[in-house]
Amino acid sequence: MKQLFGRPNGLTDVLQRYCPGCGHGIVHRIIGDLLIKLNIRECTVGIAPVGCSVFADEYFNCDMIQPPHGRGPAVSTGIKRARPDCIVFSYQGDGDLAAIGTAEIVHAAARNENITIVFINNAIFGMTGGQLAPTTLPGMKSTTSVQGRDIKKQGYPIKVCELLAGLDGPYYLVRTAVNTPKNVINTEKALKNAFVNQIENKGFSMVEILSMCPTNWGMTPVQSKKWVDDTMMKYYPLGEYRNRAKEEK
Amino acid sequence: MPQVKILEEVCKGCGLCCDEVCPVDILILSPNRINSSGYHPAEVTDNGKCIGCGYCFKICPEPAIEVYK
Repeated sequence: MKQLFGRPNGLTDVLQRYCPGCGHGIVHRIIGDLLIKLNIRECTVGIAPVGCSVFADEYFNCDMIQPPHGRGPAVSTGIKRARPDCIVFSYQGDGDLAAIGTAEIVHAAARNENITIVFINNAIFGMTGGQLAPTTLPGMKSTTSVQGRDIKKQGYPIKVCELLAGLDGPYYLVRTAVNTPKNVINTEKALKNAFVNQIENKGFSMVEILSMCPTNWGMTPVQSKKWVDDTMMKYYPLGEYRNRAKEEK
Repeated sequence: MPQVKILEEVCKGCGLCCDEVCPVDILILSPNRINSSGYHPAEVTDNGKCIGCGYCFKICPEPAIEVYK
């Protein structure tokens, strides 16, 4: 029998140590698939984040580096400039990219560095125990906002795609989700565009992916899947925020 | 005929594939079986009905699902 769908060779055989229902695994699988489909596994350098996916270097079947917290775009810039023949992707969570690494991501985007950023937005700090993140929704409970996020005290969430779309630099900015098969297919397309842009030397591509964190949201995986649809997408609308490829046509 | 195979030892029993994802509704979380990590893995109720769409594979975070034809 022919295998239609199965674990891609872009992932190692190591069992992923994520909680049940976590969105990281879905995004790992999509990237692992693309490494093979685009035939770039041999020349790819991945940047592992700090957070739940800090062990991404064990899961991806390509070269990986683990820089300090939030410094993914800066390290990617260095690798890409020193070795332009390498394909560089930085895999980051919302605490990594939107809190500690805000300066790095904004300047990498402004310089239109030829790198690919995969940004997982689950509206909470996952690994450290569910604290308030810059992307936590107003009114959402976390371990450091037990009454819900109060916009008078903690301010408003950062919408990273909209923030970077204010710059002239970025080539491709898109927000997708991984909570339904349809959204997963759209994420596959978006990530493929992001990697193809880099192969064609177009410039900075970022894919923001709304992902589930059932453990820290205090929900079952199925409830969290619906919560992304009902609550998160209202605050973070899906869609393309910048696509220079279309504008140039 | 398409066939779904669940890798029981890899499955974490999150149930994402069981809820309104399968168009022919043949996936459930096993009520009896339990794997060595202590999770109830997903189970195929009727492999004859599978249409090979791969939606269960796409939503599976591990991925613990393989689809054959």
